[in-house]
Amino acid sequence: MTKITYIEFGGTEHIVDVRNGLSVMEGAIKNNVPGIDADCGGACACATCHVYVDEAWREKTGSASAMEESMLDFAQNVEPNSRLSCQIRVTDALDGLIVRLPEDQH
Amino acid sequence: MNRILIVGAGHAGGSAAALLHQYGHTGPITLIGDEPYWPYQRPPLSKAWLKGEAGEDELQLRPPSFYEEREIAVRRSASIVAIDREAKTVRLASGEQVPYDSLILATGARARLLPIPGATLGGVLALRTAADAEALKARLGPGRRLLVVGGGYIGLEAAASARALGAQVTVVEREPRLLARVAGEALSGFFHAYHVQRGVRFVLGASVAALEGEDGQVRAALLDHGERLPCDVALIGVGAIPNQELAQAAGLPCQDGVIVDGHARTADPAIYAIGDVTRRPLPLYGRDFRLESVPSALEQAKQAAASLTRRPPPAPEVPWFWSDQYDLKLQIAGLPFDVDRLVVRGDPSSIRFAVFHLNGQVIQAVEAVNAPAEFMGGRLLIGARKPVMIEKLADPTVSMKEVAA
Repeated sequence: MTKITYIEFGGTEHIVDVRNGLSVMEGAIKNNVPGIDADCGGACACATCHVYVDEAWREKTGSASAMEESMLDFAQNVEPNSRLSCQIRVTDALDGLIVRLPEDQH
Repeated sequence: MNRILIVGAGHAGGSAAALLHQYGHTGPITLIGDEPYWPYQRPPLSKAWLKGEAGEDELQLRPPSFYEEREIAVRRSASIVAIDREAKTVRLASGEQVPYDSLILATGARARLLPIPGATLGGVLALRTAADAEALKARLGPGRRLLVVGGGYIGLEAAASARALGAQVTVVEREPRLLARVAGEALSGFFHAYHVQRGVRFVLGASVAALEGEDGQVRAALLDHGERLPCDVALIGVGAIPNQELAQAAGLPCQDGVIVDGHARTADPAIYAIGDVTRRPLPLYGRDFRLESVPSALEQAKQAAASLTRRPPPAPEVPWFWSDQYDLKLQIAGLPFDVDRLVVRGDPSSIRFAVFHLNGQVIQAVEAVNAPAEFMGGRLLIGARKPVMIEKLADPTVSMKEVAA
């Protein structure tokens, strides 16, 4: 289990344990963290699981693939630390990860 | 007190329950479904799940605790047999009556069956539910022969997944091309060639006249032109029929789908309908249509939940779809109505290209293969009804950002 902190747009923090191998998106859905829609269920097809990765964790979460990058290009309120959370796999190395959620996903 | 009853616990029904709670509905919410499962996602059944890349609990839309914590009552394995609009109750198969103040019909669609001899043999399957997917998966493996009837998305996704599992696959399609009902010719030709390269055999322009069996199990398909195709399992993927009988029997207007307005309301102010079971207006295209897709189900779940909680309706979305086959990600936005021009952007042989369907200079639909920028940019432009420069659109060296600017 890996500890991940999801911070809602309004500031509410959710510190949850996520099974390794799941995506950061699935970690939110399975722990009833609001703010991630994930309309396509993790197929990298919809850009509704947008998160902002905490600066300290950007290197460990790696960089977006060309496919993810292109999806993000057209998402709302994109920042340099924007990622699609369905594309970040949870591993031990991400224990303590902090991600912030946008105001909405559409 | 406004008691909301949702009939059908699929993607539409499950999402409506969650959204009602999120939008602040304070009365009781009950979700009734006839399957034994908690609301789950169907798209992976022909893709990641069939290939064994996703487990059972990964199919769940939300964990069971989600509903418990929000006091959303979920009743599984329960089917509704009638709606009494006068008394505002539904009757379960058990005879129990459940009252409602507002009712949301989310009964979905079912796989169309083939009216041919042998259709009820063992090993003749559809792919709609998790139980269907279990049955199919159990019969696939190295050397097993899968016959797919119907070259639509379900059939092609299952074919790709079956190849990944080492099965031999033959697809029989009545039309002269694949995806005839849902995609343009350029895309059909591309997917055809891609599957052939990966060992799938196609028989186009042919129908299955009968399925033949031994000991009650399917063993071969007999085609209308006389060819006999041996198989161990047959998947019938020839479209879906809306589960509108409950609504129809209750006197609600239906026409290949329960007819609803842009707020998901039926002719009865106390009854909404959402998802695959509905025929809904598409304001962008000035017509009504029955869409079978997760995004459409989600949009209508939002419409119904917004209307029931007196919130402003969601902005109309551009319909969209996706399909994963092998290493191809197909994303489609819009619908190819009133099209007088096609623009292919990129080279199909590079397996990264998009086909734009236009009316004049206005994009009506885009089919994007491994081309997310074309999908996202196209979706924006379709929604905005914004004319584009054709020369720019056709030139892949001009970015989609610039095309959309």
